[in-house]
Amino acid sequence: MDARRQSEPTPTKNRTTVERKSERELVVTRTFNGPARIVFEAWTKPELFKRWWVPKSFGLSLLSCDMDVRVGGTYRLVFAASPEPMAFFGRYNEVIPHSRLVWTNDEGGEDGAITTVTFEERGAETLVVMHDLYPSKEALDASGNTGGVSETFEQLDELLVTLGASVGRS
Amino acid sequence: MVQYLRARLDASFAAISDATRRGVLEQLGRADASITDLAVKFEMTLTGMKKHVGVLEQAGLVTTEKVGRVRTCKLGPHGLEEEAAWIEGHRQLWDARFDELDDIVEELKRKKRKEKVDGRKKTE
Repeated sequence: MDARRQSEPTPTKNRTTVERKSERELVVTRTFNGPARIVFEAWTKPELFKRWWVPKSFGLSLLSCDMDVRVGGTYRLVFAASPEPMAFFGRYNEVIPHSRLVWTNDEGGEDGAITTVTFEERGAETLVVMHDLYPSKEALDASGNTGGVSETFEQLDELLVTLGASVGRS
Repeated sequence: MVQYLRARLDASFAAISDATRRGVLEQLGRADASITDLAVKFEMTLTGMKKHVGVLEQAGLVTTEKVGRVRTCKLGPHGLEEEAAWIEGHRQLWDARFDELDDIVEELKRKKRKEKVDGRKKTE
């Protein structure tokens, strides 16, 4: 047992790639150092899912995480926010164990994306591809904005313009 | 993502709170320049200018590239092009998520191995 532990490769951090594949599609890929059934488990068990979906560094707290992972089943995540809690919810359209998940994102009404996640085992690793398909270009454009941050960036931009920093920039 | 962007903004605002650094940004808005050029222009020591450029660089307002013995400064990447900033926002989010997912995958792997070993012990 000890010998085996020593011979294990040190886990290395894999690269996350993000690509805007088309006007309406966002694709995120990442390889994980584990078999597909384990990675899939982390996406489908609420007690595991809630531990990584909201990274600690975000400082957001998740009030509840309910997931009924089966075709037609629903999920609902509620975050602490002011003035009132913020909910994200939708329905699972496809569930193929250890291989594929498709869910809707219904909190944004008609602007919600369809999320498809595939799990592809490659040796001891699993390639995860997350694909968001939005109903329109505008809906995907807006997905990058988180509250006041873009506004603050605009303020900074204006400030830089007044400083003349943008003059002659190619 | 929100926190990351706020940290970046704080750094940006801190960087431009200084008159010399604002001058440097203005200068680089006209043309790229070496640290030596900037030091001469702003009548300060090379070391002093290096410090200012370092602050601007950390805030993402300036990038530098050393070619031979000359370090050239230029504006960037915030203003990142809008598209690049948008992608970067998403990448930060997913990267942070997946780093934590890595930990969970490792934990589950350890757990499964332990179960296997325990199971074997029971059948022995």
